[in-house]
Amino acid sequence: MLSAEEWGIVALSLKVSAVAVGLTLPLAFALAWVLARSRLPGKVLLDALVHLPLVVPPVVTGWLLLLAFGAQGPIGAWLDRAFGVTVMFRWTGAALASAVMALPLMVRAIRLSLEAVDPRLEAAARTLGAGPWRAFASITLPLALPGVLAGLVLGFARSLGEFGATITFVSNVPGETQTLPLAIYAALQVPGGESTVARLAVTSVLLSLAALVASEVLARRSGRGAHVL
Amino acid sequence: MSFDIELTLTRGDRTIRARIASEARLVALFGPSGAGKTSVLDMVAGLLRPDTGRIAVGREVLFDSAAGVNLPPERRACGYVFQDLRLFPHRTVAENLRYGESLAPHERRFMAVDEAAAFLGIAPLLARRPRSLSGGEAQRVAIGRALLSGPRFLLLDEPVSSLDRPRREEILTLIARIRDELGLPIVYVTHDERELTQLGAEVVQIGD
Repeated sequence: MLSAEEWGIVALSLKVSAVAVGLTLPLAFALAWVLARSRLPGKVLLDALVHLPLVVPPVVTGWLLLLAFGAQGPIGAWLDRAFGVTVMFRWTGAALASAVMALPLMVRAIRLSLEAVDPRLEAAARTLGAGPWRAFASITLPLALPGVLAGLVLGFARSLGEFGATITFVSNVPGETQTLPLAIYAALQVPGGESTVARLAVTSVLLSLAALVASEVLARRSGRGAHVL
Repeated sequence: MSFDIELTLTRGDRTIRARIASEARLVALFGPSGAGKTSVLDMVAGLLRPDTGRIAVGREVLFDSAAGVNLPPERRACGYVFQDLRLFPHRTVAENLRYGESLAPHERRFMAVDEAAAFLGIAPLLARRPRSLSGGEAQRVAIGRALLSGPRFLLLDEPVSSLDRPRREEILTLIARIRDELGLPIVYVTHDERELTQLGAEVVQIGD
């Protein structure tokens, strides 16, 4: 079984991933909507930007975050001035790194599900008396929901496994930024850490598996056969 | 109640023109496939914006390019039965029927779900999903959904073209009853002359 310290690592990982995915969802949905439905001229560029974290080495993403959110970085300096907060070496920074890395996967899944919704159904809803927002909430959103949930789970699983950007951006601080993968990496550096590594590795496999099974159950319950697995 | 419609729409090298000025209860848009009949219905419903023109039904002006009037679809109170029906796949038949009903102001509602279901003979289908309906059943549900939304007029886009002979007769009889018993003005799209004679519609030619 896990020690108290190891349970703390698991709890921190879950917190970081949940916050990352929860905060990213509205942005991911908005981006997916724009990519799926709008005729924006710079769409290709936006699409490429969103997907960048998927193909750029994570260490580069982490370094870019460091440049932007560091004490001297434009966003980091502003956060400090305006609110007196910093994400450096904090779990919030780990969540931010996870969020950036999870974004492309979430946008992809949600975009696919939005593209699968027939706009003619929304037109039908409009002729039946629904304004644009009601048509969206009552037709588009429920039909796209399995994809949105799939995107959430994919993003969550990706966040749980996030390593490179996190360790580059906010370092490996036990109890603050040391999530499961970082703890496994740290234990690997210590002589005699093999049993810790094994326990944490099994835990991360189980967590990822649980996330996938949860998404499958949700997709089945929504009853339209949109499965992740 | 009458239709007073004049509109033009140019898409690429194709121009759709329609002029409908009629006091008739049932106006049929007649013309070959691809002549733009469905586009005319979409423009009347507010789903497609004409380049120029004016659309008035009864005393209500729905669109007037000169006066800058362009009501959104949800404020036009048209019961549009699409050629591809567009029943909501994630809702049961009853939920499809109630969708427009729940959004219609009380004074515009003229029938309840039970009444509509009896009128259309779809009462046994209420708990089913659209996916499991036959063509004729789905057609009747789509007509019911439009009727329950409290429309001031109906747009029917080739409502019987995909049905076999007996279903066709059934739906045409039903449409005649809607015209006569409910008194709703109807714009009816078809490319089949037999339907026109059977319904005794006033014919407006679209395209050549």
